[in-house]
Amino acid sequence: MQTSWIPFVPDSASTVSGKVDALYFYLSGVTVFFTLLISGVLIFFVIKYRRRNPFEIPRPIDGSHKLETLWSVIPFIIAMSMFAWGAQIYFENSRPPQNANEIYVVGKQWMWKIQHSTGQREINELHVPVGRKIKLIMTSEDTIHDFFIPAFRIKTDVLPGKYTTQWFEATVPGKYHLFCAEYCGMNHSGMIGSVIVMQPTDFDNWLSGNASQQSPAVAGQQLFQSLGCVSCHGGSGEGGRGPELAGLFGRKVFLSNNQTLTADEAYIRESIENPGAKVVSGFNPIMPTFQGQVTPEQLIQIISYIKSLPGEGAKPATGAPASATSPTTTSSPAGASATPAKK
Amino acid sequence: MKAFETFETPSAARVNYINAEYGLKSWLLTRDHKRIALLYLGSISVFFFIGGLYAMFIRLELLTPQGDLLSSTTYNKVFTQHGIIMIFFFLIPSIPATLGNFLVPMMIGAKDLAFPRINLLSWYIYLLGGIVTIWALLAGGIDTGWTFYAPYSTTFSNSYVVATGAGIFISGFSSILTGLNFIVTIHTMRAPGMTWFRLPLFIWAHYATSLIMILGTPVVAITILLLAFERLAHVGIFDPAAGGDPVLFQHLFWFYSHPAVYIMVLPGMGVISELIANFSRKNIFGYKFVAFSSLAIAVFGFLVWGHHLFVASQSVYAGMIFSFLSFAVAIPSAIKVFNWTATLYKASISYDTPMLYALGFIGLFTIGGMTGLFLASLAVDVHLSDTYFVVAHFHYIMVGGTLLAYLGGLHYWWPKITGRMYPEGWGRFSALVVFVGFNLTFLPQFIAGYLGMPRRYHAYPPEFQVFNVLSTAGASILGVGLIIPFIYLLWSMRYGKRAEPNPWHLPGLEWRTPSPPPTENFLATPVVTWEAYEFAPPEEMQVIGKMEEEETV
Repeated sequence: MQTSWIPFVPDSASTVSGKVDALYFYLSGVTVFFTLLISGVLIFFVIKYRRRNPFEIPRPIDGSHKLETLWSVIPFIIAMSMFAWGAQIYFENSRPPQNANEIYVVGKQWMWKIQHSTGQREINELHVPVGRKIKLIMTSEDTIHDFFIPAFRIKTDVLPGKYTTQWFEATVPGKYHLFCAEYCGMNHSGMIGSVIVMQPTDFDNWLSGNASQQSPAVAGQQLFQSLGCVSCHGGSGEGGRGPELAGLFGRKVFLSNNQTLTADEAYIRESIENPGAKVVSGFNPIMPTFQGQVTPEQLIQIISYIKSLPGEGAKPATGAPASATSPTTTSSPAGASATPAKK
Repeated sequence: MKAFETFETPSAARVNYINAEYGLKSWLLTRDHKRIALLYLGSISVFFFIGGLYAMFIRLELLTPQGDLLSSTTYNKVFTQHGIIMIFFFLIPSIPATLGNFLVPMMIGAKDLAFPRINLLSWYIYLLGGIVTIWALLAGGIDTGWTFYAPYSTTFSNSYVVATGAGIFISGFSSILTGLNFIVTIHTMRAPGMTWFRLPLFIWAHYATSLIMILGTPVVAITILLLAFERLAHVGIFDPAAGGDPVLFQHLFWFYSHPAVYIMVLPGMGVISELIANFSRKNIFGYKFVAFSSLAIAVFGFLVWGHHLFVASQSVYAGMIFSFLSFAVAIPSAIKVFNWTATLYKASISYDTPMLYALGFIGLFTIGGMTGLFLASLAVDVHLSDTYFVVAHFHYIMVGGTLLAYLGGLHYWWPKITGRMYPEGWGRFSALVVFVGFNLTFLPQFIAGYLGMPRRYHAYPPEFQVFNVLSTAGASILGVGLIIPFIYLLWSMRYGKRAEPNPWHLPGLEWRTPSPPPTENFLATPVVTWEAYEFAPPEEMQVIGKMEEEETV
């Protein structure tokens, strides 16, 4: 934000953007320095040592190990400083903070469908508050897209059959570009929109003003009923012929092939679409596939419902992903409270 | 090298490789590497022209923010086809198949390449691949981007993906055969006395390039084959709906296509080493560093493909390793730039056209290489990938690097190839126009990229227009700068001043034979007693095998 007076730098409106800009300025400085150095020396030599006599033969110089080592080592050190700096920011940003609000993003040719955890849907617009951490959980209905917000300096591919995440914390209210940055066919350049960053109070007003829609967890619960999941997994996921789903998210799962894994979005999704792939230990592979019967959006809703089911007593041993779920339920009161109400 | 002996020197009207035989058949069935080089020169020029036309339409469309000149579908096909034609049918064969074909045997003192028939075959394969591709473009074209990313290319694109892929698949074999031919030739056919460390750096660069051609090209062939299977039969390799992984395609594709960047740029570096040394009459500063840096680039080049996938859901740790290796591969290139610059110290520098191209190359390649560091740098790449910054970066390498080297090399060896001089004044003028036009085209794209303008956009937000107007203006100047040499080079083939055997007074073997050379390249078996770039007075750098003959006449 304080860099807005520097030319040729886009709006800087997230907690990350300033860090990326600082590295960018370092890289630009080094580039300008070396470009000027090389061209300066070139021009100087070319003028000073121009050919004065058509047949002159300058004294040969074979090289100098000292100099060559010097100009191998110095660039290497500079390159490593760039590597370390870039990797550090990247690594920091690779893990979404645990208390982030979750927003679901589905890309399809050629639009962005967005749903807040409280149920509000948007198309090609994303409203977010200043100062809160936002985690985007993204997937695609067709080909690969890429959710790119230049003002936040973030970008991640949105893939079919897979969830990718990225997170940000906006710092400056305003309206910013949202681009699809992975070529996705005819109207790729029309797959654009805006990110609208609001003050938290304005955002909360906006959120309540649009609250007529179902939250994904509630919609997921209805799907859970209508698809017949309840007959094996129980009316509120307590289990039966199928494994217990309540508290599943983030829990360690023991599989019939003696492997263990931690239940995450990808695992739940796979178990819905391809139930035979990873069968929970002690259960028979009797579940039919739901591939083709549920859309990517409905999958998100079902997963969101399963995530909202509170576990009983059996607290998961693994730390990070498990605790990441609890803020989800607390931050989406509509979803969490609706579940017991239905019972 | 032991294979041929001194033969009779023709005395009267000199027979050379061009006038040795006449008729279309004598060209289409030739086994002479020099004639095959000219066949390549003609065909890649046609492809360059087609690719250039596409570029013109891209720049005209982007003059205004609205997508108003072409439809979205057409625009997508135009940028895809620009990329495919320029990369697979111009840049990859450009220097190796023309200058390399012509000069690898001449520079090492051989009569021909090791497998002359395979060399001819490679041209026919290239041509077949080119014709299949052109057919696909005329039949309906392709809109996947030159990168063919799945699942768009396998499931969603409604264009001639398999046919275009077939063209590229076929032409890949011509690369493999050329690489094979070069490696065997360089190993087995060097003239007596031509030791490895007397080889011109052009040869080292082509040796390294050939390694990549042989090791890398089969991977892209397999990838295209898998893509075709997937598209035709939906076997589930890349399509997640059938259990495949679209990111796997990106890994396979870039495993070839990143080394392919070095197929494009290493021969250019070889040309530049020749130009810098010869037009400053100095041996290259740190010959061995420069020679081995080519090999280092060829090896490291295979280990950096993952830097194209920093935002494609690759593991964070893989990203960090690929970032590290990408920085490492930059070092050999940096060494080359410093060594070229140091070569000019206390040199005798001429301002002939090829040297102007070489100096331009160093400047532009420096910018192209340094901006590559932005993209190797993880956090910055997240912001920059798939923006115009990337477009600007790789055009600096491929146009500012390879194309300038190609043009510089073409001018440099033009007297040897055609036996005629090009007009020097026009040459210098067009080199300057190309340099100015190029920078005006691509410098603004770095800025537009950091501001966030995504690539492959048919229409764009109006705040980016100023950069696109500059780009289009630059491209017009660049276009003029490329048309001028096209005209005067053609003109000079008939009307240019006749070239002496050694117009630049240089020690390389290719200059110790008449211009144009005889079919057998040399009048007598050369015996090399001098180091690479060992400059001597003109009387010591005469045509081999001719001097005695002239004295007796």
